[in-house]
Amino acid sequence: MKTPLVMLVDDEVPFVETMVKRLEKRKLTVLTAFTGNEALEKLGKHRNTDVVILDVKMPGMDGIETLMEIKKAFPLIEVIMLTGHATVESAIEGMKLGAYDYLMKPCDMEQLMAKVDEATRKRKDHEEKIKEARVREALSEHGLE
Amino acid sequence: MDKSKETRTADYPAFFKKRFFTVIIFSITPMILVSGIILYQFKMSYHEKVHAHLAELVLKHKQNVDSFLAEKLGDIRVLARTFGFEELSDESFLRDRLETLQRGYGPVFVDLGVINSQGLQVAYAGPFKLGNVLYSTASWFENAMKNEYVISDVFLGLRGLPHFIVTVRDNWKGESWVIRATIDFVAFNNLVGNIRVGETGFAFILNREGELQTKPLFDVIPDKGPYLEFMKTKLKEKDDVQIVERRDEFGNKNIYVAAFLKGGDWLLVYQQRASDAFSDFRRALKIAFAIIILGGIAIVNMAYVFSTRMAGHVARMEKEKKMMDEQMIETGKLASVGELAAGIAHEINNPVAIMVEEAGWIEDLLEEEDFKEGENLDEFQRALKQIRTQGKRCKDITFKLLSFARKTDSRIQEVDINDMLEELVAISAQRAKYSNVTINSNFQNDLPFIRVSQSELQQVFLNLINNSLDAMEKTGGTIDIASKVEGDFIVVGVADTGPGIPKANLNRIFDPFFTTKQVGKGTGLGLSICYGIMKKLGGEIEVRSTMDVGTTFRVFIPLTEE
Repeated sequence: MKTPLVMLVDDEVPFVETMVKRLEKRKLTVLTAFTGNEALEKLGKHRNTDVVILDVKMPGMDGIETLMEIKKAFPLIEVIMLTGHATVESAIEGMKLGAYDYLMKPCDMEQLMAKVDEATRKRKDHEEKIKEARVREALSEHGLE
Repeated sequence: MDKSKETRTADYPAFFKKRFFTVIIFSITPMILVSGIILYQFKMSYHEKVHAHLAELVLKHKQNVDSFLAEKLGDIRVLARTFGFEELSDESFLRDRLETLQRGYGPVFVDLGVINSQGLQVAYAGPFKLGNVLYSTASWFENAMKNEYVISDVFLGLRGLPHFIVTVRDNWKGESWVIRATIDFVAFNNLVGNIRVGETGFAFILNREGELQTKPLFDVIPDKGPYLEFMKTKLKEKDDVQIVERRDEFGNKNIYVAAFLKGGDWLLVYQQRASDAFSDFRRALKIAFAIIILGGIAIVNMAYVFSTRMAGHVARMEKEKKMMDEQMIETGKLASVGELAAGIAHEINNPVAIMVEEAGWIEDLLEEEDFKEGENLDEFQRALKQIRTQGKRCKDITFKLLSFARKTDSRIQEVDINDMLEELVAISAQRAKYSNVTINSNFQNDLPFIRVSQSELQQVFLNLINNSLDAMEKTGGTIDIASKVEGDFIVVGVADTGPGIPKANLNRIFDPFFTTKQVGKGTGLGLSICYGIMKKLGGEIEVRSTMDVGTTFRVFIPLTEE
């Protein structure tokens, strides 16, 4: 399996920098964005992004809004919410809106890695299924089945 | 409670005084006014009545005495006119006449005498030896020669006994003669002396010179007092009665009633102590005063009780208000502390996250070959682990702060309190076993469902149970959890047998950041979160604690209205 392509979105620059180093050390390809808008822009360019790690609390467009936009534009991309606000409330709201899971900040690296892997797998599965469906569609179109 | 009772009136002395005196003045003034007016009117009319009664009495007796005298005079006149000088000069005949008179009227007539114009008593019938006595110089004789009929004043005369006489003058052969009869003093005296009213009322007769004509029952000094004034008064009418009230020489107030007798020669005087005459009025006055005093006492008592109650009521209201104010302040404080805490938590969380990540990064780097041989590798790893542990601790604190500020899952749902408690007991069972604590549950069956946020309520009870477990961690003990319906609330009690909470701490336990646990063990937010949650639910949380016996928390959850 090729390494997951992850995007980390957080307004805290030092946090992002360190996380990038740590994630890359774990063989992930990491994109970064410091605002919700930037994240959406970059996702447009990197449609093959597997997982977005999204901070809930950000100035300007906050995590929940960004999540909604991502899910609208790129439904297959999985989102893991990262929250300093470890409130069940906001987490549940995020889950309702289609987030894959949520983690509290500061988070355990192993836990985060596990979630990323799961999310990536889910994303791949979805992709596979869609591909299969498309193949089946194409085949039926050509009267092969 | 004793203390509050003691301070109840003491706290409001001015208020109490004002009520007290207002009530007294507004109750007593009308009472005294009304009683005073009524008593005054009663006094006036009673005086009038007594005066009228006494005037009537005196008038009646004056008529009695007057008619007595007129009657006696009439008898003698008949005697003189019927028999004449010649027959009456005969002593034996005269004696017969006296006997006839005495037979007819009793011993009123003492003796009879016939006196010629020279003043010689020519005939006498009676018990004294007064035959041939010469009266020419006696004042009564001069008077008798001048007037046809005379009733003398009382005098001693030759016999040396007080008496008075009745004389009738007539003519015989051109010469005047006089027949004289002595009236028994005792019989006459009784006419007046028998006038007795009350204890001090008595009557007597004075002549124009102020000399006593009858023997008064009590001592009388005729030339003092109002007697002479009565004498000077000119009678307008025959039946005029004079009444005065004044103090005598002994300082007693007397009523004097007087009427002239015998065509103005004599004065019938009736006198009585005012206190005696008005004794009924005095009695009424005494009763009235007793009633006024009793009423006054009753009013004062009532005023006291009323004012005490009012002051107590006001004090209680004030206290309640104060308590409410305090509670408001407390709630406000909690809210603002909550906001502050949220801010701090958020601000601290990010730097802590970065620190932990940096530490993680160092750890990651230490995995590399170059460092594996490092001398201080273990020490590095220990330090990094410590950073991570402390970072986690910070996270716990901020997590709690945030949940204090913003409640966790606050979705409202139907909750069965007993199920929820059961669950919590199960969760706590493991910890309880380690601490050697038994958890007993005593739930009221079929409690109504309530619509609340389950996770909030869970937080409340979990906090209470955990606190109890903490308190009995070393000693062991029991936790009794009971649920029941009380009025409009479901009441859940969590009672432990721990060491108790010192009184000084008891009213601070709901304050944020107040903790008695060791540094790092507690945040001091648990109970204030519980307090905040219960307040938000419209419920209550209260605590009772006795040192060395245990602590009981009671949580009041309002029943949901259908």
